[in-house]
Amino acid sequence: MSKTSISNLVSRLSLLIILSSFFFTPSRANAPDPGLVSQGEVLFKENCKTCHAVHTQEVGPALKDVTKRRDVKWLSAWIRNSSAVIASGDKYANDLFNKFGKSPMTSFSSFKDDEIKAILAYIDSESAKAPETAKAAATTADGTNANAPKQDDTTSTIILILVVVVLILVLTTLIVFLSVIKRFLKDKEATLTEEDKELVNQKFDLVVVVKSKMFITIVSLLFVCIAVRACWLGALSIGVEQNYEPVQPIPFSHKLHAGDNKINCNYCHTGAYKSKQANIPSVNICMNCHTHVKEGPKYGKEGIAQVVKAYESGAPIKWVRVHNLPDLAYFNHSQHTTVAGIECQKCHGPIEEMEVVRQHSPLTMGWCINCHRETAVNSKDNAYYDKLLKIHADSKKKGDMKAEEIGATDCSRCHY
Amino acid sequence: MKEKNKVFWKGVEELQNEPEFIKNNLNEFPASALAKDGSDDSAPDRRDFLKLVGFSVAAATLAACEAPVKKAIPYLNKPEEIEPGIANWYASTYTEGGDYCSVLVKTREGRPIKVEGNKLSSVSRGGASARVQSSVLSLYDTERLKGVQVAGKASSWEAADAAIIDRLAKVSQEGGAIRLVSSTVLSPTTLKAIAEFKAKYPTTEHVVYDAISANAISKANGISFGKAVIPSYDFSKAEIIVSFAADFLATWSAGDYSIDFANTRKLSKNKKTMSRLYAFESNLSLTGSNADYRAPIKLSQEGLFVAELYNRLTSARINTEAVKNDILDRAVNDLLQHKGKSIVVSGSNDVNVQLLINEINLALGNYGKTINLSSPVNYRLGDDEKMNQFVDDLNGDKIAAVIFYGANPVYDHPRAEEIKAGLKKTKLSVSFADRADETASAVEFITPDHHYLESWNDAEPKPGFYSLCQPTISPLFKTRQAQESLLKWAGNNADYYTYLKNNWTATVLNGASWDKALHDGVHEAASVSTEVAPVSSNFNASAVEAGIAKVYSSGKGIDLKLYEKVAIGSGAQANNPWLQELPDPISKATWDNYLAVSKKYADENNWKEGTLVDVKVGNKKLAKAVPVLIQPGQAAGTASLALGYGREKAGKVGTGVGANAFALASIQEGLVQYSAFNVTITATGGFSQIAQTQTHHTIMNRPIVQDATLADYIKDPSAGRFFPTVTTADGKVAPAKVDIWKDQHIQPNHKWGMNIDLNSCLGCGACVISCQAENNVPVVGKREVINRREMHWIRIDRYYSSDAESKKTGVYFEGDTEAMEHPSENPQVTFQPMMCQHCDHAPCESVCPVAATTHSTEGLNQMTYNRCVGTRYCANNCPYKVRRFNWFKYFDNGEVFDKNTSMNTALGRMVLNPDVTVRSRGVMEKCSMCVQRIQEGKLIAKKEKRHVKDGEINIACAAACPTEAITFGDQNDLTSRISVERNELNKERAYAVLEELNVQPNVLYLTKIRNTQA
Repeated sequence: MSKTSISNLVSRLSLLIILSSFFFTPSRANAPDPGLVSQGEVLFKENCKTCHAVHTQEVGPALKDVTKRRDVKWLSAWIRNSSAVIASGDKYANDLFNKFGKSPMTSFSSFKDDEIKAILAYIDSESAKAPETAKAAATTADGTNANAPKQDDTTSTIILILVVVVLILVLTTLIVFLSVIKRFLKDKEATLTEEDKELVNQKFDLVVVVKSKMFITIVSLLFVCIAVRACWLGALSIGVEQNYEPVQPIPFSHKLHAGDNKINCNYCHTGAYKSKQANIPSVNICMNCHTHVKEGPKYGKEGIAQVVKAYESGAPIKWVRVHNLPDLAYFNHSQHTTVAGIECQKCHGPIEEMEVVRQHSPLTMGWCINCHRETAVNSKDNAYYDKLLKIHADSKKKGDMKAEEIGATDCSRCHY
Repeated sequence: MKEKNKVFWKGVEELQNEPEFIKNNLNEFPASALAKDGSDDSAPDRRDFLKLVGFSVAAATLAACEAPVKKAIPYLNKPEEIEPGIANWYASTYTEGGDYCSVLVKTREGRPIKVEGNKLSSVSRGGASARVQSSVLSLYDTERLKGVQVAGKASSWEAADAAIIDRLAKVSQEGGAIRLVSSTVLSPTTLKAIAEFKAKYPTTEHVVYDAISANAISKANGISFGKAVIPSYDFSKAEIIVSFAADFLATWSAGDYSIDFANTRKLSKNKKTMSRLYAFESNLSLTGSNADYRAPIKLSQEGLFVAELYNRLTSARINTEAVKNDILDRAVNDLLQHKGKSIVVSGSNDVNVQLLINEINLALGNYGKTINLSSPVNYRLGDDEKMNQFVDDLNGDKIAAVIFYGANPVYDHPRAEEIKAGLKKTKLSVSFADRADETASAVEFITPDHHYLESWNDAEPKPGFYSLCQPTISPLFKTRQAQESLLKWAGNNADYYTYLKNNWTATVLNGASWDKALHDGVHEAASVSTEVAPVSSNFNASAVEAGIAKVYSSGKGIDLKLYEKVAIGSGAQANNPWLQELPDPISKATWDNYLAVSKKYADENNWKEGTLVDVKVGNKKLAKAVPVLIQPGQAAGTASLALGYGREKAGKVGTGVGANAFALASIQEGLVQYSAFNVTITATGGFSQIAQTQTHHTIMNRPIVQDATLADYIKDPSAGRFFPTVTTADGKVAPAKVDIWKDQHIQPNHKWGMNIDLNSCLGCGACVISCQAENNVPVVGKREVINRREMHWIRIDRYYSSDAESKKTGVYFEGDTEAMEHPSENPQVTFQPMMCQHCDHAPCESVCPVAATTHSTEGLNQMTYNRCVGTRYCANNCPYKVRRFNWFKYFDNGEVFDKNTSMNTALGRMVLNPDVTVRSRGVMEKCSMCVQRIQEGKLIAKKEKRHVKDGEINIACAAACPTEAITFGDQNDLTSRISVERNELNKERAYAVLEELNVQPNVLYLTKIRNTQA
């Protein structure tokens, strides 16, 4: 089983674990209708998550047990129009307002009673959970994921060690046999011919062996082979920046944005599905959320302040480019995402788990070509491929039509 | 091998088989031509080699150490309509002097990178000349002024505005005359702004002149018909065209004339008629080279020829010296048979000649049919007499203030010196020039105008045909639109965009949508006034007779013609290296103007090509000696010299290239004349090699061009075709039957190809520039062109031919000068665009040791630069000679290749196409059939889940070709234009060049058919 499929399996398993943890929690909490909770969850994620978390204080207060602090009627009024509640002179409301730097909460006047109830139900059910459940699950997923390839590595190491041990055993046995036979023959020295005697009395001389032409030739040949191979590997790795993980000017976490907050890649990388470049998001896209979100859960306020500063001062952020495809290679994201339907992760790895972005793939030509050879063309419902599919069917080639078959390994697909 | 008697040759060297030519001819790559002037030591010695090896190893090691940290800087505030990686197209309008073209501008990440024709315009109709295509590079010219200049020093707009307004007020108060001198202004809104300026300063007068004047035509029409206009011609309805030195295919129109003309020349099994073009001219012009009959005539007899035609076609008669010419006889016959279906035009700026032309056309009944006086063109509105008056006034201290807009008279007016001197006497002098050119550096204030790609503007090339110009990039420098400046000085602080929009809403749109007009780039009034054809004219025969007799006679002196080149024109874009390196369609010379003379004349004086000569007309002398070029087809006793060269203050690319021929122009009867009689030409003893590309990549007398006459074509559509055979054991067979390739390439999905119709190709060179802009082709400069190292991926081969019997056909090296001497006096010309033929059995592919050039599954011959190690085997093995080797690093190498501005200046680099690699030293390159465009088009189709539609993908050269001589498409799509053309409409005419080699090119040519009589 290849590495990829193992890690696939592992990630699927971990997903199952996470899902099941979600599945089982409601039964532990004495919360109402699970349908209401899930409706609330959707609404919460769409509307509240930018500023609120259940267990931690984000832009707004932590919402754990909020229904125990205030009643539903007050909360409804607050959610629909917090300014009105503050203006009415409600003390709790005013204290809260002052505590959070007098930044008013966005009004959600369009929420129906049912919807507010659903959100509160969701908050209740989440409040009942231990604060770290979700994270813990994620860590396990992380852990297993990271272990998967290592396990594979260990297996090969163990096999290697076993082979070495067996070989050593065989060697010692042979030496023992040799000495036994020698001794046996020495005992019968008288019966041996002159030639055999010489052979039996022969002393093993390391110096002679080392100085022998044969030995020198073999050793130097070996040395040359190893050196050539090392050079070759070294040369191959020139310009290959796999696992390049530069420090960015702002500690932007893909794990937080794409992983935890599940923001679609396309929201920030606007070109990923339609252009050649996926595009590093422009600062105004960051500001869509960060006009409100001023503090991150891990790195605090500083990074976000840098974004705001860039936006206000007009000096763009100089990110460090992670994926540096050479100029001589033309790559178009939209061909791979929109037409071929390939997931971002296929090339970029588990980006949603990366705290700091790392170049997951080698981005070598061999890597590209290999994928073009192995990948079947996503020809479903795409009239462009009609003719090619027919040719493929007629050709009686087995399996799906691979990208290579339709010219995806032509030089001028990428080099012009 | 050769079956025909027709002889094709590329230049006089080939005709004469000069030793130098033969030597070069045998080598694909020249031995360094530099060795001659000692700037290069033949072959590198061992030490140099070792040094180089050492250096490269060290460099490679160092380079390999660590990849540099690269930054990615995104937009701060991404404009909604810009998506990095996706091009935006904007419709706009190119105007340069009176030249007009409706264009589409391709921008990437906010930078204009390519200009193409706009098919929605019924004036320019999708054509875009070489000059229009090149204009995008002029935008990124580092020589442009970065801001206002006052008395040669940088200043601020506020200060300059205050000073100018102050002085204008004073001048106006004192009643001093103010003159606004401009070239033809096509923009109605600009004219409105000028009117507003005039209203504020009533002593203002607008003086319009054209660097290359066509004033006589409008003047003659004024006299004949009371309409002082230049009519529009409908060449699509003209079956017989007679041109007296009118280069209407090259420089007369926005492209519609060449489109109409080419359409009359297109043939297919459904259309077997063609127009016939007669040309009478002294220099071989683009129009003359496309003529079926061309008579080289002396300039001093031009009037006599026109008068002769007049006498023969009309009942009236004017008494002038008679001339005899058999081609004129033919023309007369043809014209008489095609009344109302013909056009007679003249490029002369002599009113008397134009009056005769009017009478001829009237007698032929062409008005209202092929010539339209009611829908005139506005391209040349200049009034030479007014300009002349201006110069008189300027020197007579009668002018207090002068403003130049789009005009450079200190360079391009015959009285340049007087203007320069007179400017010092004015109280205020302003120029809107974008650089400190000859005129601008003689004025006090330079208030630079935007480039047209940064401007809002409009144009009205013909009454009722409006066109909008919109900015495609923010102004690069602190420049301001000239119109805005004029308005500001007139006390109107409106920005020009609002002003323009208001003017359009009020006067142009008539309720139509502004957004639509802006999107389309054009707004054309539904009804164009219908022609009421003139039936009579005002013609004073005796006056014309006197006028003709006074000027023209069959004298013995040498006539000089000053002509306009396709690329450089009047020299306004002289600092554009693309235009400077675009080979002249006829002479194939680059980077120079030269004195074209006939072979006979050169021999008489013992001149060789490159001999430097001084040219004198009366007391006027050319500032610089120019080299002689032997031009087949040049009329005996004439010489010609291109205008637009010899700029003194154009910028580092254009300054000092050639000599300024405007200095030899004269003013006669108030009009500028671009011809001179009895000139003195004396050799200086010097020599200067002309950088010609004509005999590079020569073709060893093989039947490359295949042509026939129309009569033969009608009898047998495959007339003129050469069917090669290969002798085998089984007798003679077609080359395709003898194949050394066992495996054939398969192209299951697409098989891209091109058709090139030699009948439609007029040789204008627009495709060359389009390709250069699209594919980041470097400019190499004059020296490297001389070394035969030009980089153009597409070239237009120009072949001369003659029907003379050649005694030794097929024998190349023994020249047959006896037979060829006569034809070089007046050869036929064929243009053949040549680029990589994308052979299915490509000889280049099989010799590449590293598989850098290979065949794609779509029929393309692919060139992989990063794999190329530079053996150059492929170029040696290419029978079409279309591969180009990067002998040098042309980018980031400004010290050596400073003329290659698009790759050596930070600003110039903005024009590069980001989808195409900039090639490095030591690799081979060639036409890729714009694979980037093919890939883009396929991707769009895939995203929309459909097949690629024919015509949706178009390659740069085909897109630029106004006459659709080059068409591109998928051969596997049997309904595509190229398939239909090849398999049905013109099956018999389609041929592969060098079919005998059986390399199976994907580019096919259609035979050239000439409409000559039997």
